[in-house]
Amino acid sequence: MNENPSPTSAGETNPRDAVRADGMPAAGTTRTPATGRRGGGLRANASMIIGAILVLLIVLLALVSFVWTPYDPSAVDPVARLQSSSLEHPLGTDKFGRDTLTWVMYGARITLMVGLVAVGIALLIGTPIGIIAAVVAQYPWGVWLGAVIMRANDILLAFPALLLAIIFAAVYQPGTGPAMVAVGIAAIPGFARVARSGTMQVLGSEYVRAAKASNRSAPAIAVVHVLPNIAGMVIVQASVAFAISVLAEAGLSFLGLGTQAPVPSWGRMLQESQQFLSTHPELALWPGLFIALAVLGFNLLGDGLRDRFDPKMEVRRG
Amino acid sequence: MLTYVANRALQFALALIVASVVVFALMSVLPGNAAQVALGTNATPEAVAALEAQYGLDQPPATRYLGWVTGMLGGDFGTSYVTGAAITPVIVGSVQVTGILVVAAIALAIVIAVPLGTFAALEQRNWIGVTISALSQIGIAVPNFLAAVILVIVFSLTLGWFPSQGWMAPIEGFGGFLARLVLPVVSLALVQAAILTRYVRSAVLDVMREDYIRTARAKGLTRTRALFAHGLRNAAIPVITVAGVQLATLLVGAVIIEQIFVIPGIGSELVRAVANRDLLAVQGIVMVLVLLVLIINLIVDILVPVVDPRIRNAA
Repeated sequence: MNENPSPTSAGETNPRDAVRADGMPAAGTTRTPATGRRGGGLRANASMIIGAILVLLIVLLALVSFVWTPYDPSAVDPVARLQSSSLEHPLGTDKFGRDTLTWVMYGARITLMVGLVAVGIALLIGTPIGIIAAVVAQYPWGVWLGAVIMRANDILLAFPALLLAIIFAAVYQPGTGPAMVAVGIAAIPGFARVARSGTMQVLGSEYVRAAKASNRSAPAIAVVHVLPNIAGMVIVQASVAFAISVLAEAGLSFLGLGTQAPVPSWGRMLQESQQFLSTHPELALWPGLFIALAVLGFNLLGDGLRDRFDPKMEVRRG
Repeated sequence: MLTYVANRALQFALALIVASVVVFALMSVLPGNAAQVALGTNATPEAVAALEAQYGLDQPPATRYLGWVTGMLGGDFGTSYVTGAAITPVIVGSVQVTGILVVAAIALAIVIAVPLGTFAALEQRNWIGVTISALSQIGIAVPNFLAAVILVIVFSLTLGWFPSQGWMAPIEGFGGFLARLVLPVVSLALVQAAILTRYVRSAVLDVMREDYIRTARAKGLTRTRALFAHGLRNAAIPVITVAGVQLATLLVGAVIIEQIFVIPGIGSELVRAVANRDLLAVQGIVMVLVLLVLIINLIVDILVPVVDPRIRNAA
C-alpha cells in the first residue's frame, strides 16, 4: 500500500505514493525508525529476528495442527464448558466446551492460507504490472500505456480491502475463498507501485544502458536485470501485505463475512466470545493475542528485510 | 498549480465513472435476478415478472445503468427491492454517524501522534524515544476490534465509566452522545495514532538532517526551536498524506467498530444490506464510500502543494 518516491519529488509522482491504502508505510518509503541510521544496524536485525520468530511460531502452530492437537476441534463437552486455563485445557474452553488451544492451532491454518493466497495473487499480478508500466514508459509509444496502467491502479486503490471483500461477499456467498481473492486484489496496487518504482531505478542504471546498447530486448532486460534487483523490495512488500491480509481475514470473519462455521478461525473466535465478555474475557483475549502476534511478526519481519534490501537504506547506512 | 488541480479533478471524475461501471457490473452478474432474490424462491414467475417491471429490471443493462447513475446525480439512490423503502435517507443518516466517528478518531490520533512522534525523534537515542517506537510498533499490530474488546472489558464492564454499546445523536442529548462516542473513537484512534506516530517520527528525523536546520542551529537556535521555526511545516507533508489515507481507510474500516458498539453507521448499513441481499442498497452505499475515498484523496492531492511551495512550483 505504498511506494518509493518521496512526496517532495512531486512532478509526475503522486504524493500518495508514499503510503499504502490502509495507511501503512509503503515498502521502501518508510524510512523506518532507526533502521539503517547510525548505529541502527543492531535494531534492524532485532526486528528481523523477533519477526521471524513470531512468524515461525504461527507456522509451527499450523503445521503441528495437521499431526496433533490436544483435542478434536469439533469435540463438544458440555460439562467442561467455559473453563479457565487448566492442565487439561491450557487456554480454557469455549461455550461448547471445545478446547481453545486446539482452536487457536487450527485458526493459524486459515490465517496462513488466506495470507499466502492473497499475497500470491497480489504479487503475481501486481509485480508484472508494475514492471511493464515502467518498461513501456521508456519508449515513446508506451508513455500513455504506462500512464493508463498506473491510473487504473489508482482507481483500484479507491476500493480498500475490506470494502472489496464485503462486495465479494454480497456477490458470491461469504466464505474464505472470496475473502482471500478480494484481499489479494486489493493488495495488487501496492505491489505494482513498488515494482514500478524499483524498475525505474534499475532502468536508469549503467548496466541496463549497457544491455540496451548491446541490443538486448526489453523483455530480456526485465527478466535478467530488473527482476533480481527488485526482488528484495517485492519480498518486503509481501511481508507487509501478509500482515494486512491477516488483519483483513480476522476482521471479515469477525463480521461473519469471512471464514464460516464450523471451520475454526481467530476472527470468529473473537466474535463468538463477545457474549461472554463480562464473565470470560480470556475467550476474547486468546484469539486477539494471536492475531496481534501474527501481525506484529510479519510487520517486524518486513521492517528488518527492508533494512537489508532497500537501496535507500544502504545509502543511509554508509 | 491550476493545471495540476484541473488534472487531478479530471482523474477524480474518471475514477468515479470507472468505479460506478465496475460496481454496477459486479452486481449485475449475480446469479438469479434481484426480483427473484427479493421475493424468495417460492414466488410465482408472474409475481417475479411484475416486480421486475415495477423496478425496471426488465430493461437492458445499459438503460438500467444510466437510470441508476442519473438518479444518484440527483441525490436519489432508488428504492430497495427488499424493504420497499427509499435508500437515500438511510445513506444520508448513516454517513453522518460514521463521519462523526471517523473524523473524531483521526483528530484524536493526530493530537496523540504529533507530539509523541516529534518527541520520539528528538529523543531517538535515549530510552524514552526507543520506548515510544516499540509501543507504536505493538500498537500497529493490535487490530482495532481487539482494542475495542479490551476497552469495553476495562472501562465499561469493570469500571462502568462508559456504556458498552449504543448511539445517541448530539441533539438528543450531548452528554449521552459524548459518553457513547468515547470508547469507539478511542478504539479507532489508538491504532491510527500508532501508525501516525511512526510517520511523524520518521518525518521529523528526516527534516532534522536538512541543511536549513543545521544553518538555524549554527545561528544559535536550540534543536527544538529550530524544529518549530523551520522544520514542522516540512515534516507536515508526509503526515497530511498519511492522515488523509487513514481517514479514507477508516470510512470502511470503522464497520467492525460500528458492529461491536451497535452504531448505525454506513458500514453497519452495508453489512445489513449484504445480509439481506439488498443489492441496490449495496450498490448505492459502495458508490458513496468510493466517492468519499476519492474526495479525500483529491483534497490531499491539492493540500500537499498548498503546504509545500516546491511541489506547487514543480506542478
